[in-house]
Amino acid sequence: MTYLTNAAAPRAHSYLIEARDAHKSFGQTPALAGATLTVSGGEIMAIMGPSGSGKSTLLHCMAGIFPPDAGEIWFRGRRLDALDDAERTELRRTAFGFVFQFGQLVPELTVADNIALPLLLSKAGRKAAYAAANDWLPRLGIGGLGRRRTGELSGGQAQRVALARALVGRPEIVFADEPTGSLDTLAGEMVMDLLVGIAREEGATVILVTHDSRVAAYADRQVLVRDGRVTDLAEVTARATP
Amino acid sequence: MVLVVTVPLTLLGLLEREPSHGYELKRAYDSYFGRDKPLPFGQVYATLARLARDGKVTEGEAEPGAGPDRKRYAITELGAREFDSWLATPIEPEPRLQSLLFAKVVLALMLGRPAETYLDTQRAAHLRRMRELTEIKRNGSLVDALLADHGLFHLDADIRWIDVTAARLRTLAEMVRTT
Ligand SMILES: Nc1ncnc2c1ncn2[C@@H]1O[C@H](COP(=O)(O)OP(=O)(O)OP(=O)(O)O)[C@@H](O)[C@H]1O
Ligand SMILES: [Mg+2]
Repeated sequence: MTYLTNAAAPRAHSYLIEARDAHKSFGQTPALAGATLTVSGGEIMAIMGPSGSGKSTLLHCMAGIFPPDAGEIWFRGRRLDALDDAERTELRRTAFGFVFQFGQLVPELTVADNIALPLLLSKAGRKAAYAAANDWLPRLGIGGLGRRRTGELSGGQAQRVALARALVGRPEIVFADEPTGSLDTLAGEMVMDLLVGIAREEGATVILVTHDSRVAAYADRQVLVRDGRVTDLAEVTARATP
Repeated sequence: MVLVVTVPLTLLGLLEREPSHGYELKRAYDSYFGRDKPLPFGQVYATLARLARDGKVTEGEAEPGAGPDRKRYAITELGAREFDSWLATPIEPEPRLQSLLFAKVVLALMLGRPAETYLDTQRAAHLRRMRELTEIKRNGSLVDALLADHGLFHLDADIRWIDVTAARLRTLAEMVRTT
């Protein structure tokens, strides 16, 4: 894996991905002020917290979309934040999948095109890419929709396509920022059932941002971001027990 | 669990479908209303005996055969009226203005205790229960899912209240210390 050659030397680790004391500001606005979060392989982690507290910023730093100003991001025992842009892009493409609140599908393309897109961009053969895309449709209960343009889909259907697109490259980690934020209760539950069910089958790790406790309850663990710092609710409980 | 049903009225409702034996009533009760607390046989027969004494059900003739459970029970006119009026009356809207959570927060602030930590601990406990209910929902029947949802929505409402209270803690703290 060439994209890791410039990174710091590996060190002993037990977590799959880890943010250590991450700081990030946008101009004068502090978004992260010492955020620390560890996630183990196969874990489903929910990040909760008030609006503007830094949840999306933390997710973006951990996913290598942009590096923190200070602090470290470790992935598989390597410094992700020390990679250059090209290496980070390569890592995101090969190891990570992404789901956002508003699908961010290409509306003029069909469902199958949208799902095949990540594979086509990674120079997989056209035939293999579409075969893989078509395999995913029934798993997400959208078997009949392959030829529809995504602009014509309901919000719930579009989010299932977005899930398929995130999963088609068999990522190690799926980063999801409010994946159910634009959906009603039942459509949101459908998306969470699929995301969690498939992640468990595939052994994938999920890092999910949500303000909805019903959605967070699908995760193994919940943390709270406040003012750019992370509170682990499991530790709160451990401390509170006399 | 928030959903607590009254046994006599529920048995009357089940009898309103058709006359039934005690064991049939228990089976129906347990599969819908007794999922976390099955109804003991003793309570079924004690309740039926009381309903019979009050003229709300009638006991049929004992049918030939073995075992104590040979009587078939039927609802009476009086029992049916009582059941209908219970069904038609809305239940008391549960949440009170003064909740236990609220009392703890105010007292913690008055005493200068860490109210935010207390709210976090409560949030963690709520989420733990919500994880369990979500698990039940994902692996259980439709009835399990509907019951779990009832619990999940209530816990979610509490957590929303915890969120807004946590956000207003500083203002609330000033208020309780000066009044
Ligand atoms: N690209 C940006 N440019 C300038 N400021 C930003 C940018 N992204 C985030 N911020 C600021 O950083 C802080 C944290 O934002 P972030 O998006 O991480 O919050 P969040 O917890 O995801 O909120 P929400 O729940 O509303 O999505 C906010 O004050 C926000 O205004
Ligand atoms: Mg956000």
